[in-house]
Amino acid sequence: MGCEQSGKTCLLQGNEAIVEGALAAGCRFFAGYPITPASEIAELMSMRLPEVGGAFIQMEDEIAGIGAVIGASLAGVKSLTATSGPGFSLMQENLGFACITETPCVIVNVMRGGPSTGLPTSPAQGDVMQARWGTHGTHPIIVLSVSSVIDSFEVTIHAFNISEKYRIPVILLSDEVVAHTRESITIPDKSEFEVVNRIRPGVPPEWFHPYEDNSRGVPPMAAFGDGYRHHITGLVHDVHGYPTQRPDEIDAFQRRQFRKITNGFSEIQMTRSVMLDDADIAVIAYGSVSRSALRAIKMARERGIKAGLLHLTTLFPFPRRIVDPVLRKCRAVLVPEMNLGQISREVKRVNLSAKVEKLNRLDGQLITPEEIFEKLLTL
Amino acid sequence: MTEKTIAESARLRHEYLRHDKKFPHVWCPGCGIGIILGSLIRAVDRLGLNKDKLVLASGIGCSGRLPVYVDFNTIHTTHGRALTFATGIKLANPALNVITVMGDGDATAIGGNHFIHAARRNINLTAIIINNQIYGMTGGQYSPTTPYGSLSATSTYGHIEHAFSISDLAITAGASYVAKGTVYHVPALDKLITGGIEKEGFSVIEIMSNCHTQYGRRNKMPDPVTMMKWFRDQAVSVTKAAKMAPDELAEKFIIGVLADRDKPSYTTEYQHIRDRALKVAKNE
Ligand SMILES: Cc1ncc(C[n+]2csc(CCOP(=O)(O)OP(=O)(O)O)c2C)c(N)n1
Ligand code: SF4
Repeated sequence: MGCEQSGKTCLLQGNEAIVEGALAAGCRFFAGYPITPASEIAELMSMRLPEVGGAFIQMEDEIAGIGAVIGASLAGVKSLTATSGPGFSLMQENLGFACITETPCVIVNVMRGGPSTGLPTSPAQGDVMQARWGTHGTHPIIVLSVSSVIDSFEVTIHAFNISEKYRIPVILLSDEVVAHTRESITIPDKSEFEVVNRIRPGVPPEWFHPYEDNSRGVPPMAAFGDGYRHHITGLVHDVHGYPTQRPDEIDAFQRRQFRKITNGFSEIQMTRSVMLDDADIAVIAYGSVSRSALRAIKMARERGIKAGLLHLTTLFPFPRRIVDPVLRKCRAVLVPEMNLGQISREVKRVNLSAKVEKLNRLDGQLITPEEIFEKLLTL
Repeated sequence: MTEKTIAESARLRHEYLRHDKKFPHVWCPGCGIGIILGSLIRAVDRLGLNKDKLVLASGIGCSGRLPVYVDFNTIHTTHGRALTFATGIKLANPALNVITVMGDGDATAIGGNHFIHAARRNINLTAIIINNQIYGMTGGQYSPTTPYGSLSATSTYGHIEHAFSISDLAITAGASYVAKGTVYHVPALDKLITGGIEKEGFSVIEIMSNCHTQYGRRNKMPDPVTMMKWFRDQAVSVTKAAKMAPDELAEKFIIGVLADRDKPSYTTEYQHIRDRALKVAKNE
């Protein structure tokens, strides 16, 4: 069940907390297709959205789900879809459409074991690179991860805020463990968190160029029906939104996509440092694995080992500038993941001379604190 | 053309075509899509629709290039998916009039699933399907409506699959309004599109259109005029068809309003859901 009232403490699943976070962020549209372990998000949305004047629709597949989500966002409404591996694979083409049209939207992928039908009820972190590179072509995208129920609430709000501010789809990666674990959470009052809305054009319609560059690199966005009749296309377009083949216009368009995100690195790249100040060995982790990592560094500290944790909330754009000093300072860094090393390679790329060790599980089981601790002892 | 019709056509062009969009358009000379664009504009004008509240969504293909020229809110989506975007737009803002334009491959091959489910849901959208019996944009490969035995870039020995009827599919799937027209019967087409936009619920207007470049050329109809004559000779109006025997109709297709039925549209039903949910939430 939901937890409508702020100030009330409830026991929520990660999936439910995502719904509460989305509603708190102003999301008023959900379209999707049922899939384990993400279905609770759709179920709760179907109940909660009509109460707040929003709309929910169960579509015929995930391709349709993300299509409707992009459409709703273009009509001015903050929108969400949620799925797991198989559905996320189906969404990739339209995800690229959201990228090229700079349409804000949030896509939750509650990761399960894969490929294909894989392990529907077991956690995994195998979709990290797919989230970054799944749709074709050169494009920036934002990928965030959640590790707890509170995270699921708070990071979902961030996801919407960033998506609106930078006009970019945001992928929120959860996993089966976070999605279905119940933890207590107190829903904060509206005044305690910020809600960001996309900037709408202020100029008269005849002056409006929907894709004109500005200092932020993020053009104001008109909604269909606002009186700014404009064209949206998945073809590379000029500042008017019309298809272009001109190399200079294409280059400027593509580079602006990256520039606008680079401008925002300081707020987009979210990480948490735990006991890193004096650490000479560190764990870099995300998602449910970061919970085990936290316990593991505490166990290490009890044994006198100066271990610290860098918890990544933002996976992409990869927070190199935050990871770099950790690599410089520590004699070794351990990256535990429920895959064969997707983020560990990103970590390694930051500093090729650093000692980056992996700890991987692929058997549908969580990585335990003991495993991480044991591995730390060997480094 | 009389002076009056010239003036009228100039007014429509001025009023509805984008002034800042560089012409010429992308279509082959004589392509039927231009005729459909004209019909659509006249229907919108006849209904006096507010351009600010009108959304035109397309998929990918020669047909998909239609929206960019008109001065509405326009969106050129992905191949086959126009109805999914349109569904989101309509649900997010039911005050908008949402029209989609799709090719036969777009709507019934890659987008076939979305098409039948949009009809089943009876979502309040108008779907214009330009049936040129071929994949025009990609160079003339067969589509779900390419006739048995005909030649295409991927059926060079003759097509061995059977075409299905888009209109029949729409009727069976539950659309409120289903009509079929051709680019030869233009005044009738204007009316069919007008009727579809006016109708509450899911409306489908299937339009037989000439792709002489990719379909006609390979099938003994190499120019627009030959194809127009073919539409003229093959099409039978609903009223006339009612008096004909099935074997007389075997090689023909029926044009006119094929289904027109009243049932609540999805957006109307959803408003009831909102009212109910609000009541429950208040009582808790
Ligand atoms: C996912 C995907 N697959 C294939 C294509 C290539 N493609 C572009 S248009 C088209 C077919 C167009 O045929 P139709 O829908 O009948 O429209 P027409 O061009 O005849 O108007 C295809 C296959 C694409 N754009 N996207
Ligand atoms: S290829 Fe066919 S459908 Fe496309 S513009 Fe030419 S005639 Fe028209």
